[in-house]
Order: sequence, then C-alpha cells, then structure tokens
Amino acid sequence: MKREGKIQVWKDYQKEIADDHYFYVRSCIRQNFFPGAEQTFLKILRSELGKDICENPHHTSCSGIAYHADVVPFDTIQTIAARQFALMTEAGYQNFAVSCITSFGIYSEIIETWKEYPSELEKIRNYLKRATGREFEVPQNVAHASDIVYKFREDIANKKKFPLINQQTGQPLKIVEHIGCHYSKMFPAKGVGGAEFPNVLVGMIESWGGEVVDYPERRHCCGFGFRQYLVMSNRGYSVSNSRKKFESMEPYKPDAILCNCPGCPMFMDRWQYVIEEMEGKTYGENGQGIPVLTYEELAGLVLGYDPWDLGLQMHQTNCEPLLDKIGIQYDSSLKYAGKDGKLIGKPAMVGC
Amino acid sequence: MELYLELTKDIRFTEGLKSCMNCGICTAICPAAEFYDYDPRIIACTVQSKDNKKIEELLKSETIWYCGECMSCKTRCPRGNTPGLIIMALRNLSQELGFFTESEKGRQQLAIKRTVGENVVYKGYCVLPESLIPELHPELGPVGEWIYENSGEVYKRVGANYKGDGEGALRKIPQESLDEIYRIFEITGGFDRFDKIEHFSKIKAESMGFPEGGDDYSDYVNHIFTTNNGKHNRQ
Repeated sequence: MKREGKIQVWKDYQKEIADDHYFYVRSCIRQNFFPGAEQTFLKILRSELGKDICENPHHTSCSGIAYHADVVPFDTIQTIAARQFALMTEAGYQNFAVSCITSFGIYSEIIETWKEYPSELEKIRNYLKRATGREFEVPQNVAHASDIVYKFREDIANKKKFPLINQQTGQPLKIVEHIGCHYSKMFPAKGVGGAEFPNVLVGMIESWGGEVVDYPERRHCCGFGFRQYLVMSNRGYSVSNSRKKFESMEPYKPDAILCNCPGCPMFMDRWQYVIEEMEGKTYGENGQGIPVLTYEELAGLVLGYDPWDLGLQMHQTNCEPLLDKIGIQYDSSLKYAGKDGKLIGKPAMVGC
Repeated sequence: MELYLELTKDIRFTEGLKSCMNCGICTAICPAAEFYDYDPRIIACTVQSKDNKKIEELLKSETIWYCGECMSCKTRCPRGNTPGLIIMALRNLSQELGFFTESEKGRQQLAIKRTVGENVVYKGYCVLPESLIPELHPELGPVGEWIYENSGEVYKRVGANYKGDGEGALRKIPQESLDEIYRIFEITGGFDRFDKIEHFSKIKAESMGFPEGGDDYSDYVNHIFTTNNGKHNRQ
C-alpha cells in the first residue's frame, strides 16, 4: 500500500490514550525476561515526562497465559481482572496502563464482553464481592504501555541523546517491527493504526530517527502459541514460526527487531540462538544474530541510559552491534556484573 | 447430551461462530495450519453442522489442541467469525467431559495445570524465575542458565525486587492477595476445572500403566510433557 493509504488507515484507527495518572499492571513474562524494560518505562514516565503512575504491590498476574492455555475458565479470569480494576478504583485512578500484550487483549476482551452482555458484568461484580469484598469501576481508559510511549514519542525525541542513525554511514537505522498478536488482531480499534497497519512502533522508530523496513511476514505470529511453547514437546511450533519471520526479514538486512509484546522479543531473541545451534544459520551481519529490543529498551537507549541498566545483558543475541552503530559507549567488562560492579560470573556463551 | 447446545452456552462460541461460508481465509492466515495438520475452516464447518457424533470426535481429537490462540483468524474473516474462540469453547467442553485425555496433545493439560495454572493460584504469577529450569528450557540458552544460577544478583542489577516486599518486578505477592485469588478460584469454577483435569488424567494415567506411586503421577506428567509421536505435522 502507498504511504498515503496507510496514513488514511492510521487516521481511522486513532485510539484515545490518557494523558496522565495511570494505574500500572505488570507483565509476568516481562518481569521474568526483561524486568529492566519495565523499570525503564516507569523511569521515563516519572523522571523524563513528569507523569503520575501508580503501582500497587497487591496486583497479580491476570492469569492470561493460563487462560489461553485453557486451564483457567472465563469466569475466573474475568474476576481476577475485576480485582485489578478494584485495586485501581480504590487507589483513585481511572486510567489503566498495561505492560503485557496478552493482558491488554484480556482486558479488552472482558470489557467488550461486559458491554455486549451486561449480565456478565453483574455476575462478575457478585463473584468479586463474595470472594474479596471488593467493588470496582470499569476503567475509563485502557492503554498498553507502548501506546503511552507512542503518545509521548516526540517528547522523548526532544530529549534524545542518540538518534537512530547509523554513525558509520549517516543513514537511518533499518528496523523491523513486530506487533504482539493480541494488541489489535482481536479488537482493531483498541490499537493505534488497527490490526493491518499498526502504527504504535512505527511512530516511535520514525520519531527517533530510524527507518521502518517492511517485510512479507511482518504480521505473522512469533509462534508463542501459549500451550505450543509451555509444553516442551510442542516447541517445534514456536521456533518454526519465528524462523519463518527471520527468513522473511533477512533479505532486508535489518539492524534490529523492535517488539511491543513481552513474549515476542524473548522468543525472537532465544530462537535465533536455537536455530544457530540446530542449523548453523544466523540472520544478522558477520555471522551474528539480529538484536531484538523492547520499545522501552529502545527508548532508554535513545535517552542515553546505560545498556546494562536497561538489562540488555539478559538477551542471548548480542545487542552490541546495534549499540556500535548508534554510537553508544558501553563498558564490556561490566556487562555481566551484579549490582555495584560485583562479579558474578558470565554465561558460557553469548550471541548466536 | 446435545454437544452443540452445550457449546452455545459459552459466550466465546456464540461470539466466535456467526456463519461460516467455508472460504478458508482463516486457514490461509493461520500459523498452526502451516505447522500442524490443522485446518480451522474444517473446525468451523464441523461445529456448524451440529452433528453430535462429529463434534464428539472433535472433542476427543488431537486437532483442537493445535491452535495457538494468536487470533490472527479474527482479523481476516469476512463474516466476523473467530475460529480461535470456537477452539477455546471446544477445549473447555473437552475438559469438562474428560475427552481431552483421548489425545496426546489434550493430555498435556495436566502438565500445564500443574505448572502455569498452580503458579497463578499459589504465587500470583504465571511464570517465575525458579520455574525456568535449564533442563526444561534449553532454548533459553547459556544466558538463561546464567540468569537462573545468579537470579538474585541479576534481577537486583536491573532494578527488580525479586522475592522482596513492596512494589517492583517479581516482588513477593502478599499472602492476603494470594488468599483472594484462592477464593476467586473457589467461587468461579477455577478449582473445579483443576479438579476435573486431575481426575480424568489420573484415570488415563492408570490405564496407560503409570502408577501413582508416592509422587502424584510424576512419571505420567514427565511423559506428557516430553512425548511427541511425530504424527502431528503437515507433511
């Protein structure tokens, strides 16, 4: 599609994103694999943008992975979601900010269900009251954390220390984006740009100086598939779908892959290592992998944060090729250090 | 039992199946259909037929466990159907009736219940660092192993609050909150689902020659977690 056409589609799918005062709910997967990304998101909102964002230690998993692996019934996950809304209501907030894409899809599905079936809402209110004594209001605004970074992308651009420019060539860095399936495939109106041409990551990349590279399998699932990864004997599904994407993007020589879902960057990072082990195949330059970043990590790099504060050492696929292109200085000797430089050993092998 | 009628009691089913014209665009876009011998078009066609015998076969089949619930089918269906939602309703009914143990893929529900399912109730997370055991997750690579072996230091370095009190990533969920999640599972049918998965799985484990022993069928759980008969893929 011509760019003019995409711009028209994006205009048709502009969602409302609250300006301030967010109640934040974390992601199980992001906490395990990219906890630095969540910390970076909170730091950017509070320190760089001066926003109010509340976290309550009593919030829990939404149970979304268990729900989509079909061991948790719909009534149960609806009531767990209602409990999160109750915590938001009790804290005096109306804007719900969600770290996880699976959770974002869950909250969207549940709120839409309550609109279509008011009796479900009443049932869940009753369940929550009986189970916890709590009551809740449905959020006025539900935004994925990437929506919020998108909303303030120009404010971040105005503070940038490092534009997404290849310092060796002077050209914009070529970045492929991967949108988590449950961001907008189920409810296109809930995502910036809809399901076919999501603009949430495109907007960040372009505002920060990079160039978005299209590729045929851009909208293909990373292959998580819930039960298809959770059970060891099913993981061929997962790696095969990521491989399909790597093969598709390889000819366009991307400098990085950018994701807005917690699971996708973990899989696209780790499956590159697995494919190298299984087939000896790598997809980046000079026999290396393609660095895979979360949008919080990329925002942090643009703002000049230390790569190891962001947690890039928790990636299997080396991110240094990207840091070198951007021109970011880093201390390799501290990459695998603990807090305050404490030496804790290194991985047996890094990269792919 | 009229199985079609049972399916219509599930909101996911009524929202997922409006009227399928068998165009197959769901199959064209489906990641599972590329990997497995799977065709969501046929799923929609079968349930739409309301044929009790065929629906029962589906509930006992490998087929309904191939979907990854990515919901790519929702985006493209010209009739507003969502085969992924139909699958969720079929899996729900298959577990209610105990039919899930009739297939290799369906039997895996016990392993998922005992890991991710119980993590939600008793820890407040779907996944935890201590559950990412390298032997069970070789794909996490040497970096994953390094994180697992140095979890306290690694998570502290990046600002997480692993097992700590108060706010932060990987904080310990307060007991009073876990008690509320427990009550939610009691009242909303979460534990009923768990109990059915355990009940029907134990019957199957015994019939397959896996005794309970003193370890709650752990050999059976290991078997279903790792076994793949190699007959699932598209040839």
